[in-house]
Amino acid sequence: MITVKDLTKRYAGATAVDQISFEVPKGQIVGFLGPNGAGKTTTMRILTCFLPPSAGSANVAGFDVLDQPFEVKKRIGYLPETPPIYPEMETAEYLKFVGRLKGLSGAQLERQIDYVSERCSIRDVRTKLLGKLSKGYRQRVGLAQAIIHNPDVLILDEPTAGLDPKQINETRDLIKSLAGDHTIILSTHILPEVEQTCEQVIIINKGKLVATDSVRNLQARARGAETVFVEVAGRNGSLEVAMVQQKLEHIGGVSRVNCKQQFDGRAIFEVESQTGRTVRADLARAVVESGWDLNELRPSAMSLEEVFLQLTGGDASKAQTPVSEEKVPVEVVKS
Amino acid sequence: MRNIWIICRKELGSYFVSPIAYLLLTLFGVIFGYFFWTALKFFVFRGMEMQMSGQMYPMNLNEWIIRPLLSNVGVIGLFMIPLITMRLFAEEKRTGTIELLATSPIRDTEIIVGKWLAALILYSSLLLFTALNFAFLFRYGHPDWKPLLVGYLGILLQAGALLAIGTFISTLTKNQIIAGAATFAVCLLLYVFGWVAGFDTSTWARVLSYTSVAVHNESFSKGVIDSKDAIFYLSVIFLGLFLTARSLESLRWRS
Repeated sequence: MITVKDLTKRYAGATAVDQISFEVPKGQIVGFLGPNGAGKTTTMRILTCFLPPSAGSANVAGFDVLDQPFEVKKRIGYLPETPPIYPEMETAEYLKFVGRLKGLSGAQLERQIDYVSERCSIRDVRTKLLGKLSKGYRQRVGLAQAIIHNPDVLILDEPTAGLDPKQINETRDLIKSLAGDHTIILSTHILPEVEQTCEQVIIINKGKLVATDSVRNLQARARGAETVFVEVAGRNGSLEVAMVQQKLEHIGGVSRVNCKQQFDGRAIFEVESQTGRTVRADLARAVVESGWDLNELRPSAMSLEEVFLQLTGGDASKAQTPVSEEKVPVEVVKS
Repeated sequence: MRNIWIICRKELGSYFVSPIAYLLLTLFGVIFGYFFWTALKFFVFRGMEMQMSGQMYPMNLNEWIIRPLLSNVGVIGLFMIPLITMRLFAEEKRTGTIELLATSPIRDTEIIVGKWLAALILYSSLLLFTALNFAFLFRYGHPDWKPLLVGYLGILLQAGALLAIGTFISTLTKNQIIAGAATFAVCLLLYVFGWVAGFDTSTWARVLSYTSVAVHNESFSKGVIDSKDAIFYLSVIFLGLFLTARSLESLRWRS
């Protein structure tokens, strides 16, 4: 449905988007992920024919954005970062205006206004001035505006930005319910959003494509070698940390042992195994046989947030190899 | 055509929902009413003076009241036009709604002409006030209505030209005040450029005075349709809207 090839956008002195290529199949929800200023909005603006690309091509719903922007525009619904609303208009009046802009008229227009008002639950604000609506309602009116002409492709720029948690959930559910009929690209810098709503992720950073894969594969790929957290305690309240470390390092298949935290009488180790080897059983046995207590043994399932930080953080060489050398316990604030 | 009308209707809605249109109508009504009243007073005063002195000149409503008043309308327009055009694109740029228009299946020219037309319609509604006042002349006197119609045509053409320039300037900034001030400056200059012809006959002065919107209105205000002047106004309208289109386009390449 969307094919982007070597897309590049240069501004005076800066490259906002650098040779990005990806494809989005019909009916999928794709998360467009990256830190602020990564080039998400620019890419979306190119896809919506708002900006022309400097190089490369983008094909939306079978039409090229440069050659046939008119045909593309007919087939896309776009919600920019701030909903493009006229504060002096009433909701119904605004939807009517946008519907007409998109080429609807007569009974069909009325029907679509009815449909999107229902779908986006904005029926109760139909006669309210847009300028007086809350942020959540504005966002929903923005969504309603984007789907009013039943477009093939929906492009949503940070659809949940600035909403409260309840509104975020409602918006996500709404977007999920729209998939299937529409192919959706949504941009975000909030990771749980991608994990919850999207089937595919496209990660970009500093204008470059970092990864594009399904959410599940990406998690697996970033995990690579298995990492296990082990908490060991001494029987009599004291523990020789160095001894434990040495013991663990000698287990077959273990590539690295790192002491993360020490308390009196117990310590947490991070054990990295070589790719493809499961060492959990051996770990447990070794600890118990050496006369220590095994308080906890858990695989560190990486959240997408850690994947993301790995992929986008630091330099490009790091981004290439999913498993970074030094692992720091990541505490990512879920925004 | 349909798209032009969609945009035009939306703009008119914005004008008449917000206080802008009513403010302009009020200001214009008061100012023009005052001009009308003074012109009428002067006319009556001269009439009485002539009767007292016994010297009779032909007194003509068209020559003495309508013509000077129509040229006054042009001057009041200089103040009204920036207020009308300053928001046209500047506001859409500021609030981001320009993205909605630019990503809809509608041509730039349709957006531009729609907006300009809405501005022209608002300006025409101001002229209704003048018609209201002139109606009194027709009730109590017998002015010739044909020169009056031609005069209105001239004023509309002049306004159309200045509105096109204002529309262009509005695409250059997100700030309405800047758009308004710049438009006012340009309109005023285009109006007073004609004055140099009074004391200077060099080529430069002639060129300068030729670009003056006021100079080209003289024949219209006399009730004469001069194709040279009509073409001048139409070209300025075209130039203004053309520049607007180029400016919108460049916006996309730059931003």
